[in-house]
Amino acid sequence: MTPKLTPKLATLLVLAALIALTPFFFPSGYYYRVGALIFVNGIAVTGMVILIGYAGQISLGHAGFAGIGAYACALAPVHWGLHPALAVVLGAGISAVLAFLVGRPVLRLKGYYLGVATLGLGILVSMVLNNERELTGGPDGMEVPDLGLRDLLKDWGLNLSNGEFWYFFSGLCLLIGAWLALNLYNSPTGRALRALHGSEVAARTVGVDVARMKLQAFIISAVYASVSGSLLALQNKFITPDVAGFMHSIEMVTMAVLGGVGSVLGAIFGAGILTLLPQLLTVFADYEQMVLGIVMVLVMIFLREGLLPSLLKKFRGKDE
Amino acid sequence: MKKTLTTTALASLALLSLTSAALAEIKLGASISATGPAAFLGDPEAKTLEMLVEELNAKGGINGEQIELVLYDDGGDPNKARTFATRLVEDDGVAAIIGGTTTGTSMSILAIAEDAEVPFISLAGAIDIIDPVKPFTFKTPHTDRMACQKIFEDMQKRGFTKIGMISGTDGFGASMQAQCKSVVADYGIEIIADETYDPKDADITAQLTKIKNAEGVQAVLNPGFGQGPSIVTRNFKQLEVGLPFYQSHGVASDGFIELAGSDAAEGVRLPGTALLVADLLAEDDVQKPVVTAYKTAFEAKTGTPVSTFGGYAHDAFLIMTDAITRAGSAEPAAIRDAIEATSGLAGTTGVYTFSASDHLGLDLSAFRMLEIKNGTWALVE
Repeated sequence: MTPKLTPKLATLLVLAALIALTPFFFPSGYYYRVGALIFVNGIAVTGMVILIGYAGQISLGHAGFAGIGAYACALAPVHWGLHPALAVVLGAGISAVLAFLVGRPVLRLKGYYLGVATLGLGILVSMVLNNERELTGGPDGMEVPDLGLRDLLKDWGLNLSNGEFWYFFSGLCLLIGAWLALNLYNSPTGRALRALHGSEVAARTVGVDVARMKLQAFIISAVYASVSGSLLALQNKFITPDVAGFMHSIEMVTMAVLGGVGSVLGAIFGAGILTLLPQLLTVFADYEQMVLGIVMVLVMIFLREGLLPSLLKKFRGKDE
Repeated sequence: MKKTLTTTALASLALLSLTSAALAEIKLGASISATGPAAFLGDPEAKTLEMLVEELNAKGGINGEQIELVLYDDGGDPNKARTFATRLVEDDGVAAIIGGTTTGTSMSILAIAEDAEVPFISLAGAIDIIDPVKPFTFKTPHTDRMACQKIFEDMQKRGFTKIGMISGTDGFGASMQAQCKSVVADYGIEIIADETYDPKDADITAQLTKIKNAEGVQAVLNPGFGQGPSIVTRNFKQLEVGLPFYQSHGVASDGFIELAGSDAAEGVRLPGTALLVADLLAEDDVQKPVVTAYKTAFEAKTGTPVSTFGGYAHDAFLIMTDAITRAGSAEPAAIRDAIEATSGLAGTTGVYTFSASDHLGLDLSAFRMLEIKNGTWALVE
């Protein structure tokens, strides 16, 4: 097999290099934390690329799935003695089933129905987490058990601080997530999704089961969001219903659209910017929302494919 | 490869902490929810801290060293609070942290503070923050349970045995509802009607009607926070329920009387702090000087009335600076030990006495039972 630099390989290499090399420039441990947050958001946003970028569907309730993933990690170990790592899988499973149940009827319709249905779903999950106080601790949140992987690494002679561990671990998860998403892009399913994104009628004419394909994309992206929520919960070791809040859903869509919803690397770039901005803007905390809004408007007007893809195109020349 | 990477990072970290320790300045960190859903609490807290630091530095600082306040706004998001706490500890190299406006943000910050062994004073209510006691975590507000106990004490004195509860479903209301239910039996009181409302509800007459119609109900308690209790109070009046009505310390501010209307709020009782009734305190009250000084300074500086919540931040800063002065050093471990040794320190919320087993340092006497009379506060003897 000759090592050819396909776009897929290039994306993964760039991503891996960024994850491995940036720590050399970290002046303090705090940057590991910010990096880990970018990666966790990046995972959710990669799911959005599959849903919005590939399949052309929109969801305004993906934080609901993140909430399910997060609370699975908090509840399953306490109530059923499940290992936190298995709880991640359980959360992803529940999210997938829920996405199936909601998506199956809704995705037979054309238009914005999925957006509205997911909006409702996200708010419902958030309400349940807030109100089922006996189970979830209500708005005050609850503690999440330790994943235990860091101690395991310590036994093997690799002693990482908490921040470092989560930086590299979520970086690795993001790499895997991006790899899967990029594989999907070139698979028959990926091609079918892109076809129906272009034109549902045309896709149907050539034999694509439009409803089923859209449903698949929706379920896959729900699993991504769920895993991202789980990782956030395990990293923070404490979780509140905010993770399932409406604003978090909007954040996910914004990150993907800002960075470039058609490209995995672009979307992760968007996640990076939106995670970093509030940290950079602490001095102007009062104007944070305004700056975000202006950036968003400018990107939508001048760089319609998102920051990264549009800029890359500019660098390569217009004839591409 | 990874090993060298870790070592480099650790080396640079060690270098950084060395340089920050060499500065002749005491760095205090704070993560407050000055915006977002908890801004009602966080805004006066942030303003209070900024004002107090300015005041203290003008007077020459602590032990001749100036204070630098590193203040972040976490918007009430526990995830952000955790990031800012990490930043305060790892990047800014602060000696101690004040903050955590809400229970969620406090729980996030305390995990970081305990890990880094940096003293942390929380401004949130829940008892979970200091129970079980964690070595580096302290808090200034009373717990919800203490508010419940104070209210039930008053109810017991008035001979009530059957009451109704109408609670908000927000963090504050839900937490206090649970705490009240866990201690109510100690006072020989029975909750015979237990209703809830969403803090965003515009009308709560349905739930209140149920309570009004409950057999034998003698008084009603409303654990809640923000504008919900004002609406409950107005509906309570509109329905002519006519029973003694108790609010929680969550609405202990002039804003509540304004929102509910002095007509509807007439006769409402609630446990509040000395800050709310600064003028009514006896001359020999130990809290009188500190309460009056804070109230005057804050109102002159911001043009807005003081709130209990700003008072929590005032007390946290007072405890912190008192401890640093006594410790004679800004080493986190020394500050921690000095905080734990705090005894009889009068703040706006109460008189603080910490110990190894008590990181709250307040008792029931810190609460004053207040009644709204003619649109203003009065002390209940």
